[in-house]
Amino acid sequence: MMDVNKENFDRLVLQDPGLVVVDFWSPKCEPCLAMEEDLEFLASGYAGRLTFARCNILENRRLALGQRVLGVPALVIYRAGEKLWQGATLEELENQLAHILGQGR
Amino acid sequence: MDWDVLIVGGGPAGLAAGLYSARSRLRTAVIFRGQAGGQIAGTSFIENYPGIPGRTEGAALGRAMLEQARAFGCEHLEDEVLQLLPGPSGHTVRLKRQGEQKARAVILSPGTEPRALGVPGEREFRGRGVSYCATCDADMFADFDLVVVGNGDAALEEAIYLGKFAASVTVVVIHDVGVMDATKIIQERALADPKLRFVWNSTIQEIRGSDLVEEVVLRNLRTGEVSSLSTQGVFVFAGVVPRTGFLQGAIALDGRGFIVAGENMETSVPGVFAAGDARQKALRQVITAAADGAVAAWNADRYIATEENFRMQVLERPGTVLVGLWTPAVASSHALPRQLEEAAARLGVPAVVLDSYRFGRIAQRYGAKEPPAVLVFQDGKPVGAYTGTPDPVGALREGGIPA
Repeated sequence: MMDVNKENFDRLVLQDPGLVVVDFWSPKCEPCLAMEEDLEFLASGYAGRLTFARCNILENRRLALGQRVLGVPALVIYRAGEKLWQGATLEELENQLAHILGQGR
Repeated sequence: MDWDVLIVGGGPAGLAAGLYSARSRLRTAVIFRGQAGGQIAGTSFIENYPGIPGRTEGAALGRAMLEQARAFGCEHLEDEVLQLLPGPSGHTVRLKRQGEQKARAVILSPGTEPRALGVPGEREFRGRGVSYCATCDADMFADFDLVVVGNGDAALEEAIYLGKFAASVTVVVIHDVGVMDATKIIQERALADPKLRFVWNSTIQEIRGSDLVEEVVLRNLRTGEVSSLSTQGVFVFAGVVPRTGFLQGAIALDGRGFIVAGENMETSVPGVFAAGDARQKALRQVITAAADGAVAAWNADRYIATEENFRMQVLERPGTVLVGLWTPAVASSHALPRQLEEAAARLGVPAVVLDSYRFGRIAQRYGAKEPPAVLVFQDGKPVGAYTGTPDPVGALREGGIPA
């Protein structure tokens, strides 16, 4: 999973024509750390179809606030640079992705 | 059988159980994800665990507990438990990644998570101003005006912690002026903190905003008055709910989902024990969790020793077996071992003599409430019981072995 930050967020997330999932996290956030492995696993299952990225909010506070993220874990789905959805749990994310990808077919 | 003891959850209860179980030379693993310590991993400091003075960081204490358990041979499975499948000889734990693992005994210490208020706006604004974790999010809320809901230890400690970052923290207390659930010393610190202000007799009725939280609607329970308070962040510390969803249908839970288990940590299923915050109890602290863990591990050890012993000596033995129950503390049972061995020799069948204190659970299962008592097994099935008499061996001689 690639790391995104204030320097490359625009290019790697907002300018991506496809679907991008961004995991806004913090090293101080226990629930974020606990879900990390499952998120990696989920990402590997979608490899080639959509991009997964992670953004450390401690180092990118303004960026997070600009994306209307205030509190972690925050899982956000972007499509063609537009914020489609935001949630806090992997279950929600999995359901949402299934829904979005199902619609696209 | 993969393990002697599997422990679900890596907080103080699970890690103490792991330490005790591994020191009893039981093949032990503790299952959890993320940092060791459970809830304390996200607690800025612990100051009320005896022998650990000063302000020890919660995460550091959790790591130390895991290291100590591992030093005695306890293993760590980094996984999540999906289901518990109790069985007659050993229990199965279904894991998200590593499939099924079987153990002779299971200790459940899954802990709790914050209770949601269930008010409009709470769900929608999660991650956009509503939070349940001060350590996770405090940095994000620097210089903001915040609201904390709750008045227990966690609420006030986190309010003080948030005050170090925030412009102001308003604590919404449901009780009358000056009345809070937190420990007195924590109340004193909170009341003396210049960053904190208190709204009494009140609850939050709604959380409002557009993209991010902008205000909360407060309701005064005495006057019925409704007012709004502008804020950028709402931190909810209004009690906890147990993480026991995966146990539904497997063991007895109370109406709120807490595991029902008594002083011996025994749940409704033999060989399954509970420890820590997810157990139905009054005081949820590191020290009580650790104590639960030790008691659960000790009882798991005893359970394994007695159940295995009984299975091998009695249940898996073909033909007739006489089981005599006595115990040193009951004088009237002292003659039983010798009498039963003589009777068994005459009848030409094997006899097993057990201490009814150690084997109490098994004795009860077959209807022998008090020693002395004699149970008769045929191919592992109970076929007769001589109980409630001062001379059960005499009764056996008269009654004989049931056909």
